[in-house]
Amino acid sequence: MLQIKNLTKIYEGGVKALDNVSFDVPDGQFLAVIGLSGSGKSTLLRCINRLIEPTDGQILWNGEDITKASPEEMRRIRRKIGMVFQHFNLVHRSKVITNVLAGRLGYINPAWSLLNRFPKQDIQKAIKQLERVGIADKANHRADELSGGQQQRVGIARALMQDPEMILADEPVASLDPVLAHSIMKHLEDINDKDGVTVLCSLHFLDLVHRYADRVVALNLGQLVFEGLPSEIDDKKFKDIYGRDAERVG
Amino acid sequence: MTEQNNKNKKASPRKSIQLGLAVLFGIVVYAYGFQITKVDLEDLRSERRQESLTRVMRALAKPEIFEYEQEEEIVNAPVYVTCPASGIPALPEPDKSGPYLIITPACAEPGETVQVEGFSFAPNVSGPLRFVPGSDPTNIVTLGRDNIETDATGHFIYEFVLPKRSSEDVQYIRATLKQNVGVPHLTKTAHDTWDKIVETVFLALLATTFGTFLAIPLSFIAARNLMKPVRSPLASIAFSLLGWPLGIVLGYLIVRFVEGISSPFAGNIPINLVSIVVAPALMLVGLRWALPQEEITKPSTSTQIMRWGVLFVSVLIGFYGFFQLASLFKNFGQMGMVPLGRLSFLGNFLFQTGDIVGIITPALGGLAAGGALSSFMGKIGQRTTEKLSPVNVKLFNIVFATLAGATVFGLLGLLVEWLYQIDNSFYTFWGPVLTGGILGLTLASFTKPKDTLPTGLVIYYITRTFLNGLRSIEALVMAIVFVIAVGIGPFAGMMALGLHTIVSLAKLYSEQVESIMAGPLEAIQATGANRLQTIVYAVIPQIIPPYISYTMYRWDINVRMSTIIGFVGGGGIGFLLQQNINLLNYRAASAQMFAIAIVVASMDYISSVLREKYV
Repeated sequence: MLQIKNLTKIYEGGVKALDNVSFDVPDGQFLAVIGLSGSGKSTLLRCINRLIEPTDGQILWNGEDITKASPEEMRRIRRKIGMVFQHFNLVHRSKVITNVLAGRLGYINPAWSLLNRFPKQDIQKAIKQLERVGIADKANHRADELSGGQQQRVGIARALMQDPEMILADEPVASLDPVLAHSIMKHLEDINDKDGVTVLCSLHFLDLVHRYADRVVALNLGQLVFEGLPSEIDDKKFKDIYGRDAERVG
Repeated sequence: MTEQNNKNKKASPRKSIQLGLAVLFGIVVYAYGFQITKVDLEDLRSERRQESLTRVMRALAKPEIFEYEQEEEIVNAPVYVTCPASGIPALPEPDKSGPYLIITPACAEPGETVQVEGFSFAPNVSGPLRFVPGSDPTNIVTLGRDNIETDATGHFIYEFVLPKRSSEDVQYIRATLKQNVGVPHLTKTAHDTWDKIVETVFLALLATTFGTFLAIPLSFIAARNLMKPVRSPLASIAFSLLGWPLGIVLGYLIVRFVEGISSPFAGNIPINLVSIVVAPALMLVGLRWALPQEEITKPSTSTQIMRWGVLFVSVLIGFYGFFQLASLFKNFGQMGMVPLGRLSFLGNFLFQTGDIVGIITPALGGLAAGGALSSFMGKIGQRTTEKLSPVNVKLFNIVFATLAGATVFGLLGLLVEWLYQIDNSFYTFWGPVLTGGILGLTLASFTKPKDTLPTGLVIYYITRTFLNGLRSIEALVMAIVFVIAVGIGPFAGMMALGLHTIVSLAKLYSEQVESIMAGPLEAIQATGANRLQTIVYAVIPQIIPPYISYTMYRWDINVRMSTIIGFVGGGGIGFLLQQNINLLNYRAASAQMFAIAIVVASMDYISSVLREKYV
């Protein structure tokens, strides 16, 4: 159970990216986070694993307050939270398999990773994850030789290596074409269904939200403006979320 | 909108005046520059300057690389300076079977012009025409005709003025014509140049290699994007500051103790051999047990203490191995120096490497222990801050920040004492201790108990200042210091270039680290990787190409620098070059300049090929 309580983030310079946001996410839920660009979706997801330090508020995960965790506790928490990014964020010059193995870094003793050593079972596990997302044949290619859709699958495999209990997906399909978008979303859905991993996924297209999400939260200018089922987003709610001039396209 | 366009089109008087003033200012600046740099072509026009310039340019155009064996033809012809009153004694007819000279007239007053005609010499040869006084045949007088040349038939005709050497006796004009024989061969200058240019290239290679190795870690702590997120609470900072000196002293003592254990067996090669196999193996086993590759659950306290113990012992065994390795290298090196003959430099390499390992191991141990203790104590500080209540943290901070400030400033004071020998313990010890203590106390009183301070940025600024300071000292100046430290020779030059390479590469590298993509960094951090792992897996892969190209560029710079580092005694070709310039031996200097040009040009070519291949 993830509980966000009165979360606020004010950036240096006074921009209020999150304004007193509170909601809960039960274990195993597929939660979509929607809102305009700049509404605070990315900030919200990055506050949860503290890539961004929240200014105020609490994030309770299984009763533990993430915002108060020490660096060592943070390492333990982060390794249970996988993250998938809009621009994939692979290390381009490294091999695909190395990118996937990087998902184990939270478990591995730093002294050994200095020597670039991974345990054998991790390497086998990495191959298995690549098989699961369907690109095991690319394991020894350089990451930047892969197409966008393939790169995002590597990103997912990397998150899976963490044995995650939760995955934060920050607009995972925003730079992909619609067909690829569905294939990536299906992988996330599969992980959510089969492994029982909680997924928080920020999305732009409402048809994807309807198709994949169990529940939706919507942000506008850092404030929570909607919380409920995807089917509850009618025209009025849509204008609340996206502004009066917005028109539905999908 | 239109109004504004019109405004922009028309130049306002104000702008015109500004432009005029700027041009005027520019003229004044350059005029003053001319004055300061003493631009003056008057000297260039003078005949004397032009003559020497021509001479030097011609010498430079003929580098002394090849030469012929030479055969000399020496022919003397008698001449009387002041015609004897009694008339000229009958002179023997010149031997016309070989080359001969005819002087007309055969006698004249000093300062008068006579004509020398040469016959039957080898065609197209050259050499000096000189005057041999009758009274002292060894005291040859030059006549300003040092380069007479024969034509295709072996004939020449020259006029010259007789010197003021009047004598009753017969005197001589001597033509010494030199002829090239055989095939050209390399001059001694060419051989010396080759020796020194090889020295130069290797000097640059070693300086670049050592510089690169040390610049890489420095470049990470001089990179703003990596250091900015590093923040720690005051207690942690104070503890790690105390940990450094303590750890260095302890580490040094412990490693010296290990050295003491190792030294009785230093000369025993079988023990050396066994040790360097067994020690690393033991260490590896220990490390593997103490540092499990993956850990899902937190180990119990007793296991952790056990692990620390095993880790400590393993590291000690490792250091023992190091010392044994150093002894082995020295032994093998010494054995190999004589029998290896021409390859004896390999033996020397082993011996010197062993010596270096032996010397730097205690220093390395001190640093490692300092770092380890500092980070361990920093963690204790962190934990304490987390666990205590704010009031207690504040008290804790005040005590330890004061202590840390006093320690650091006290040590700095001791350094000042050592450098300047002030010999007043108030200024160099108690004063700094007091100041440091007060500074620590003030910092602790003004810091909110649980706040974190930007440790990373402070380290970043200190490193940057240090790098900039050292970088501003040219390698040539550093070489002077190193010549004093290790004596004249290429080693001093290598040290100077190496040091300069470290600081300038660290700066260039760190700017590359600052410009890497933030995305992969974020992704690796999100997996729970700690700082070290983030650097290894997200930073290093991104910076390899620019690091390679900067290293190449630096090698190129070092080759060029090493050509002049010899000017101050740093070895390499610069020493020869300077010597020849000072001796006005421009043809030899020219050979060295050619060598430098060839090396620099081929370096550029090689590095561009390598860059294309690997980047």
